[in-house]
Amino acid sequence: MTPLAGYLLVAAFLFAIGLAGALTRRNAILVLIGIELMLNAANLNLIAFWRYGPHPEALTGMMFAIFSIAVAAAEAAVGLGLVIQIHRHAHTTDLDQMNRMKG
Amino acid sequence: MSFVFYILATLTISGGLAAVLLKNTVHCALALTVAFAGLALLFLELDAQFAGFAQILIYIGAVAILVVFAILLTKGSETPKDGVFSHTWLAGLAIAAAVFAVLGWAVVRSAPMLPGAAPAPAVTVQQIGDALMGRYVLPLEIVGVLLTAAMIGAVIVALHEKEAQK
Repeated sequence: MTPLAGYLLVAAFLFAIGLAGALTRRNAILVLIGIELMLNAANLNLIAFWRYGPHPEALTGMMFAIFSIAVAAAEAAVGLGLVIQIHRHAHTTDLDQMNRMKG
Repeated sequence: MSFVFYILATLTISGGLAAVLLKNTVHCALALTVAFAGLALLFLELDAQFAGFAQILIYIGAVAILVVFAILLTKGSETPKDGVFSHTWLAGLAIAAAVFAVLGWAVVRSAPMLPGAAPAPAVTVQQIGDALMGRYVLPLEIVGVLLTAAMIGAVIVALHEKEAQK
């Protein structure tokens, strides 16, 4: 197994962990934690492909990862702000109890 | 595959698993920090020093603190009586397992075609700065605008209603 395949497998497993967390946890903050894990797994893929790609001196993958980190930080700030506001409204962060918009 | 890689991969994956599986939400946030640190070390192992230190600064320094604040502000540290997992947890787990199966199958099948070990790229911070101020200056400005908008938006969203009515 090449080093790149190892990194890709770790990233795939981390993505699956994050997806499982986002789909199964009841607390809204834990769902956001799962989404953060998925974003980080994608970043690991970008950096691994940059490192073992044909032109690492072009810095493309590294730049993509850095911008992705910045966008993920913005997403975390807005997401947690929304969770705090929802908690103020509904007095819970349990997603199973937030069924006001349920069809 | 170096020995260091296996240690760091184990650290990262156990941190991620603990962040998803633990009952206490504060413990989950701390395990998430361990996973972020493991990822930063994996970036350093991949010779991406700048991205590794950016990961430490942004994720461990900012996002993890933000998550802990949100947990404490929403009293999320109290474990609910009827379990921490949704009643549709089996479907979620099946979807995640299917996604991992597809991704892992794709990686394993394409492993012989992937490039092998390569010499470490000699990238200095000066080159990264030149790239950010030259070729990537437009994305940099857009990210700056996005971060400003997100900061203002987060403050407005989380603002208390009574204060907003003043």
